[in-house]
Amino acid sequence: MAKREAIRLEATVVEALPNAMFRVELENGHKVLAHVSGKMRMHYIRILPGDKVTIEMSPYDLNRGRIILRH
Amino acid sequence: MAITLRSRREIELMREAGRVVARVLSKLQEIAEPGITTGQLDAVAEKLTAEAGAEALFRGVKNPSAKRSFPACICASINEQVVHGIPSDKLVLREGDILSIDYGARLDGYCGDAAVTIAIGDIDEAKRRLIEITRGVLELAVSSSKAGVKWSQIAGRIQHLAESAGFSVVRDFVGHGIGTEMHEQPRVPNFVSKELLVNDFTLAEGMILAVEPMINAGSSNVRTEKNGWTVVTKDGKCSAHFEHTIAICEDGCEVLTADV
Repeated sequence: MAKREAIRLEATVVEALPNAMFRVELENGHKVLAHVSGKMRMHYIRILPGDKVTIEMSPYDLNRGRIILRH
Repeated sequence: MAITLRSRREIELMREAGRVVARVLSKLQEIAEPGITTGQLDAVAEKLTAEAGAEALFRGVKNPSAKRSFPACICASINEQVVHGIPSDKLVLREGDILSIDYGARLDGYCGDAAVTIAIGDIDEAKRRLIEITRGVLELAVSSSKAGVKWSQIAGRIQHLAESAGFSVVRDFVGHGIGTEMHEQPRVPNFVSKELLVNDFTLAEGMILAVEPMINAGSSNVRTEKNGWTVVTKDGKCSAHFEHTIAICEDGCEVLTADV
């Protein structure tokens, strides 16, 4: 079976957790644990609760994601 | 690359962009008649785009087999031209031609892409049937699309509709996802192939697709002209093209570029 592809969604940051992890809320109300992507870390892009971000989620675990864009 | 699912906020922005595209296409359909040049149609499209505060998507797009980037706001493809016809002030539309106009715009960062094929003056029965069937193919795709359906099912249905009418589906070009960019994942073919069965995707709420069936009266083979852009049917028979940008919802889909 080929590896399934990730999906990207918009989400709102709810709270900041240690180690650049954030709890984000999806439009349908689901809360997802997301970490900041390496590229954003490299460019020192700050994320605060309340920001709208795009997260990439693996279809294999729908409770985790990666923050790839901040709007 | 991944498929992006758009939030309600983003879909609202895409709806606005879709409305601009629909309005411009409507206007172009109104003014297209024998004697008009495709260059004039492009000029009108450009003016309307600027008035709406949007930017045209096609101008400046590069393609590896063409020397220059696409020079216009619309693609105007006549008769045996399938897609990517370059508008020109020297190309006069004649009675009996069929013209497919493809237009895309970006408004506030989000894109819309749509196309129609229209009759110039009176056309013969065969061309009229080609246009009707192609329009029917797009309508079938739109009515079958809802969250949970696999695209291969829809592709199979639309391919069957076109082929049982005696026409063929162009294989070299496919639809595409659309959002902040004109072409995004996934590829949305209008036919079933081994590649599609391997890379099949299930429609999900928030997916925005530009479905664009291209149907040929003769065989499905096409070639690209010397200008590197215009695609024509190899056998010289006519081709029709319709396109809509659709947003998938739980119970169906919303046509963002619906006729106004």
